[in-house]
Amino acid sequence: MSTTTVAGRMGALARTELILLGRSRATIVAAVIVPLFLPFSVRSAVDEADLKEAGLSVGTLLLPAAVGFSLLFAVYAALTTAYVTRREELVLKRLRTGELRDREILIGAALPATGIGFTQSVLLAAGCMALLDLGAPSAPHLVLLGLLLGLVMCGALAAVTAAFTRTAESAQVTGLPLMFLSMLGSGITVPLEMLPDRLASFCELLPLTPVITLVRGGWTGDLSGYDALGAVATALAWTVIAVFAVRRWFRWEPRR
Amino acid sequence: MNRDGHEHVIEVTDLKRVYGGGFEAVRGITFSVARGEVFALLGTNGAGKTSTVELLEGLAPPSEGRVRVLGHDPYEERDTVRPRTGVMLQEGGFPAELTVAETVRMWAGCTSGARPVGEALETVGLGKRAGVRVKQLSGGERRRLDLALALLGGPEVLFLDEPTTGLDAEGRRETWDLVRALRDGGTTVLLTTHYLEEAEELADRLAILHEGRIAAGGTPDEVTSAQPSRISFELPDGYFLGDLPALGELGVVGHEVDGRAVRLRTHELQRAATGLLVWARDAGVELRRLDVRPASLEEAFLGIAGRASALAARKEEVGA
Repeated sequence: MSTTTVAGRMGALARTELILLGRSRATIVAAVIVPLFLPFSVRSAVDEADLKEAGLSVGTLLLPAAVGFSLLFAVYAALTTAYVTRREELVLKRLRTGELRDREILIGAALPATGIGFTQSVLLAAGCMALLDLGAPSAPHLVLLGLLLGLVMCGALAAVTAAFTRTAESAQVTGLPLMFLSMLGSGITVPLEMLPDRLASFCELLPLTPVITLVRGGWTGDLSGYDALGAVATALAWTVIAVFAVRRWFRWEPRR
Repeated sequence: MNRDGHEHVIEVTDLKRVYGGGFEAVRGITFSVARGEVFALLGTNGAGKTSTVELLEGLAPPSEGRVRVLGHDPYEERDTVRPRTGVMLQEGGFPAELTVAETVRMWAGCTSGARPVGEALETVGLGKRAGVRVKQLSGGERRRLDLALALLGGPEVLFLDEPTTGLDAEGRRETWDLVRALRDGGTTVLLTTHYLEEAEELADRLAILHEGRIAAGGTPDEVTSAQPSRISFELPDGYFLGDLPALGELGVVGHEVDGRAVRLRTHELQRAATGLLVWARDAGVELRRLDVRPASLEEAFLGIAGRASALAARKEEVGA
């Protein structure tokens, strides 16, 4: 008898989620199209003179913003909706009766969205380098580390949000606080360098801030080893909290 | 192994399930199912059937007591148990936008020893619907898709939660035939149902659950034989109950009179019926609306679950 493997089971689930993602027009628009165009809205919002003062260029402004939008829309929002929809369709309950373990279900279902987020970020980086004469990153390992931490964290935060969301429609609302907070306070639309100091040091503690900090700092090379370590610690702390919250509160069946 | 030499595939001992709010859905039940047996958990809605089956499926740990499936704890030792069990939940649980074939393919990727997709669909009569989206299936077709997934890995133990709810008469017959064929092939089947007929048709043994406890259990014959048989008729004009032969001598253990309608209960149906009919012949009267009925599972169920809930179950059956 052929026995299933962890990779085989998660692969089967990921393939299914990818098919479903391709069949939902709303998800394609929100997860694939929106993050590709949103960064350009940031461009017009920031004055060039202020940028220079903060030691940034158009490229190092837009690229982290693009990664941030991709994480928020393609990963966080899309995945929250997917988790809630599968739970309400009783798909999660059915999956749990089989050989898939709980964490395989959550990770397997997250693979397409995180894959899209990763691909999008790479494409956007390539685009920024080609169109905005952005140089190669000074510390590519920090950029990559930031992106990977961001993908894992957004996946975990999506599962937490899904735990507190009753229907797929309301997922568009329950995700808003984190999305707004991140766009405004995590250096996506406004770089932290341009915020008042006290506000900036509070914003450093937001979940997506360390991710953006690592991507931007990794590119400019302005990030000290101490600051990089701090960012990684903050990102890991949020991820651990999110994973704990999922284990504690995630619901596998609709509320009756 | 039990003393008959039959391996017990499912063993449940003093099982309890208490939900977060303190509601006791299962209040200490004990039963076992031998290999190759069809076992039915019967009960009205809210009797604790699904709560029990979920514990057997290993979806949650029991609050108290013990569950063993194929000799293992289905919750703690899921890696050992899951590849050998098949589960059909009360409600589907398929992504609406997936086709039938895609649904089976996905499940096959997560199931040890899965059969080919086409073959699995043929077994449940969905071969021609492979390319159809799940959202376009009828309720009955969805039940059959669910059954196809439960059978996909050729399980040794099959859990069916209300397998024929929502099926028409033909679909129900087909599912019954399939369950019987599986049993003949050596599969152990535990099913829940609130259709008395289904339990009578399929079950080698059954347990009637009521308010989280087993109110009666055994083979259908054992359960029904504890119940009295029934004779009902209308008294001929001008006759009264006292004109009948002494009821005690006929083996009648109880009676009800409603206007001219009489209902007798007895554990000796032949003796009581013969006595009554001989009396009628000798008296030269006709017993109109004569109905002689051996004890049935329905009687047992009525006796246990109370008239109101049994009537509700029967209404549902008629309505389905």
